[in-house]
Amino acid sequence: MSASHNHPAPAPLGGPLWTPTTKILAALVAIAGVILLVRFIFGLGAVTNINDGYTWGIWVVYDVVIGSAFACGGYSVALLVYIFNKGEYHPMVRPALLASLFGYTLAGAGVIFDLGRYWNFWHIFWPGYAQPNSVMFEVAVCISAYIVVMWIEFSPAFLEKLGMKDVKKKLNKLLFFIIALGTLLPSMHQSSLGSLLVVFGYQVHPLWQSILLPLFYLMTALTIGFAVVIFEACLSSSGFKRPLEMHLLGKLSKVMLGMLAAYLVVRFGDLLVRGALLSMFVPGIEALMFWVETALFVAPLVLLWKEQSRRQPARLFIAASSLMLAGFILRINSFLVGYETGPGWHYFPSVSEIMVSIGMIALEVLGYIVLVRYLPIMSGNSESAAVAANK
Amino acid sequence: MDENTIENDESLVALEKRLGMSRRSFLQLITAMAATMGLPNDAVAAMAKAVATKKRPSVIWLHFQECTGCTESLLRAEHPTLEKLILDIISLDYHETLFAAAGHQAEAARRAAMKANKGKYILVVEGAIPTKDNGIYCKIGGQTAIEMLKECAADAAAVIAIGSCASWGGMPATPPNPTGAKSAGEVLGKVIPNIPGCPPNPYNFLSTVVHFLTFGKLPDVDDIGRPKFAYSRLIHENCERRPHFDASRFAMEFGDAGHKQGWCLYKLGCKGPETYANCPAILFGDVGNASWPVGTGHPCIGCTEKGIAFTKPIHALADLKTMRPPVGFPRVVEEQGVGATIGAAVLTAAVAGAAFGAGAQMAKNLGKNVPLDEGKPEERKPS
Amino acid sequence: MSISRRDFLKGALAGGAMLATAAPAEARENLTMPDEALGLLYDSTLCIGCKACVAACKDVNDMPPEFSSESQLWDTPLDISGKTLNVIKVYQDGNSATKDSEKDGFAYMKVSCLHCVDPSCVSACPVSAMTKDPVTGIVGYDKDACIGCRYCVAACPFGVPRFQYDTPLPQISKCQLCKHRIGEGKYAACAEVCPTGATLYGKVKTLKAEAKRRVALKPGEETSFPRGNLDTHDQSPHTAKAAKYLPQVYGEKEVGGTQMLKLSAVPFEKLGMPTLPERSYAATSETMQHTLYGNALALPLAFLGVLTYVAKRNVKHHDDADDSKE
Repeated sequence: MSASHNHPAPAPLGGPLWTPTTKILAALVAIAGVILLVRFIFGLGAVTNINDGYTWGIWVVYDVVIGSAFACGGYSVALLVYIFNKGEYHPMVRPALLASLFGYTLAGAGVIFDLGRYWNFWHIFWPGYAQPNSVMFEVAVCISAYIVVMWIEFSPAFLEKLGMKDVKKKLNKLLFFIIALGTLLPSMHQSSLGSLLVVFGYQVHPLWQSILLPLFYLMTALTIGFAVVIFEACLSSSGFKRPLEMHLLGKLSKVMLGMLAAYLVVRFGDLLVRGALLSMFVPGIEALMFWVETALFVAPLVLLWKEQSRRQPARLFIAASSLMLAGFILRINSFLVGYETGPGWHYFPSVSEIMVSIGMIALEVLGYIVLVRYLPIMSGNSESAAVAANK
Repeated sequence: MDENTIENDESLVALEKRLGMSRRSFLQLITAMAATMGLPNDAVAAMAKAVATKKRPSVIWLHFQECTGCTESLLRAEHPTLEKLILDIISLDYHETLFAAAGHQAEAARRAAMKANKGKYILVVEGAIPTKDNGIYCKIGGQTAIEMLKECAADAAAVIAIGSCASWGGMPATPPNPTGAKSAGEVLGKVIPNIPGCPPNPYNFLSTVVHFLTFGKLPDVDDIGRPKFAYSRLIHENCERRPHFDASRFAMEFGDAGHKQGWCLYKLGCKGPETYANCPAILFGDVGNASWPVGTGHPCIGCTEKGIAFTKPIHALADLKTMRPPVGFPRVVEEQGVGATIGAAVLTAAVAGAAFGAGAQMAKNLGKNVPLDEGKPEERKPS
Repeated sequence: MSISRRDFLKGALAGGAMLATAAPAEARENLTMPDEALGLLYDSTLCIGCKACVAACKDVNDMPPEFSSESQLWDTPLDISGKTLNVIKVYQDGNSATKDSEKDGFAYMKVSCLHCVDPSCVSACPVSAMTKDPVTGIVGYDKDACIGCRYCVAACPFGVPRFQYDTPLPQISKCQLCKHRIGEGKYAACAEVCPTGATLYGKVKTLKAEAKRRVALKPGEETSFPRGNLDTHDQSPHTAKAAKYLPQVYGEKEVGGTQMLKLSAVPFEKLGMPTLPERSYAATSETMQHTLYGNALALPLAFLGVLTYVAKRNVKHHDDADDSKE
């Protein structure tokens, strides 16, 4: 256990702010901002295609449900490092936390602009209004609490920058509790994002409707969390020209595969027990998308089965991407493809709707780049820091 | 024959003198009559000529269990007025109401006319015929109605029943029908052309007669003998209050706000939806707009229909007959929502393409251009 | 001390399995209907599609007209929506010749809130904007509480609540059984104006008895059909022949029962009314939530306790290591 902290301390990357990349990202964010302005002036219908048959479109399903799942890197890594005491993954904590922080904060923002009567948002927390039987109540309270916890969890990074060492020390004393909360809360709300679907009953296709939905969503959130860490490590390495920590990622992928295998057992076991297995052979869009989803979940197992494969970064990256896409498709399938309130309804996001989601992603990436350059997040070494500074 | 030729036709000139009305007025009358029957413009000429030239056909008009309303209705016709034209267009050889004569003389005149016009006279029947107890409940000149009808029908060129009573039994046949009242057709044992109504619009009758005169045959009738030009549509189909029905504005009580505004009377029991007649189209009494029961604010009682008039309570709801829902009525499944537009599909494909492209490029780069830190943590220099 | 990954996963799965087959002691049964619950009886065989109820509902609720054709002359909604709380829909088959015939016929169905006994919308709403009145059982909507999340829109098994997408200040829109007229001594406008008594208002127990009476009639049997309010008999009944009813009162058992009951001669599925189980979806969802989070968050707090303990021990290690470096 003693060797766990022999990694270089995190440091700001430095480097220029305005690069072609950041300029494009900023433009996408600006476009999204304009569209949101129209949304607030004229209403949701002016910029989205949501309707009463598909009242939750991609702003809910992508920005909130999927976006928060993709933001589970911090959750998964914190679980590994602080609960399972795998200190060797410690250098991944801060970057993962940052990505999580952004992901969740933007998911929260995404909720606000999807809400029709957003000015009443505080009702969810207010006794007298709050309705605890509602799954959404629990999701909202939990996510809000988690965002606060994550900001606190992340505060050492900017406390350091601000040079407030005393505050940082005091905070460190309570960090264990913050971390415990930061592990409990996502377990609750990531599973509850799946629970949201239970009340829809027959409206969700048998291939996705199950009392075990919370378990599926929790397990996939964890798995995606690991995948996201791998994915973002690859991206960061490539983007900032930094070495890729293969030994860590290789080991991480084993954990990820274990969780993935467990998930697949539970998922297909549930389909079998409920007698819904045969639905996947009934021709139609639902069966097709189910096969796509399943293929994407199984692919990483195939790709990374051998020890040797886990040492190939390209394979790791593809497997991680496949898993993220699988989680994405699972949520798209449960909320949209497999959801039917009645015949005759059609939905596909409008151009402006898509541009807002793209803008949100752009904001996340832009924010990540900016913060990583200014705050001590990435685990630096002097050579790479110099390289990054000259970029 | 075009209008100029008609105008100069000798027979029409003679008609003008005989009838005391201008040729123009006469042609307007015939045109109106043709329009009522739904006949095309070229029929006008034929009808005009027929009226002007042919020998006036003999008409025997019988009255049985009736209120004489049908005759009264005819008396109120304006175009033509009864005395000016009908008595001149046809030769009314027997009519108990309009005859000056009475008693055995009248009956003798009838028999003489029947003999002189054997096989060529038109028999019009007004009123139902009692059949119970051998029909003793209606006797004229010692003959029962049954006997008289059969005798007159035997040599008639055509038998027309006028009014609901003669057409299907009407008011006398209201259950329990103590006299066994039956329609003329039932007594004669065949479907005869009939102009039901209580009373019927006189122009339905007049048009039928003129049609017969012109073309030598009666107009097209439906399967129970009613001329299609007048009885093939439900009142509901032509009612001027129909927009109120369709927009669901109903009078709930006589005199309420809706009633005063002329709203639909369905809820007050209007039988328009199950009654075949042309009342809303041609109205009654030539006194102008809305001169028919519904137009004045009273629900239609279905006076032309057997099983409805005098059988169904006036304020009982009508069944909507052959009422298929109109086009545009909301369906159980309506296609709603916007699917993928070209723009959205292209954008999605572009984003997906870019993502996959970048991902593929990334995968290629990894392990080639990106340095790997594969050392174990213990081996790295502590900073 | 650290829990081995294997043990943790084993424990998690075991725990998950245990929760999935949660003890019946936690199961939430369907809610029961209040004794004096108010509702409607809609008889498809009496409905003539006149849409008086659509117009009356718009009128008493001050809703704007909704257009579905180019010539925007009058209110022609095709479905309930942010502007329309009640609509009559038609089923047609073949040549649509005979009313209430499944084949080659047509039939009508009223689409409006069924005021469920155990509503999904009330269970789903996170801010108590959807509520069920404890006396009348009417499912009401309070726009001042609403956050516009549209969970109710998605959750309702009948697709009843609708949303106003075309305004920056939107609301959810659904029938509230004219509860705002009760104070004036009035009742649901749709029932009040219906010319044939196809929509009848009254206490659900009275309506249910009337529904059962009709279903027991022989097809073609002449009977008296009440109109307006079944409890106060404020309107005259009318006599007509009973249609060939399906032996089913829709809403008697569906998802725990609804306060709007429906009768029909054409199968309900064809008229857009889904076949539903007896157990309400709210009961299923709330059982799951109570199992996981009930008893004042017993399970999460226990989990938190374990996590806190483990984290404390592990973080201490890292902290000591960090501090020793500084």
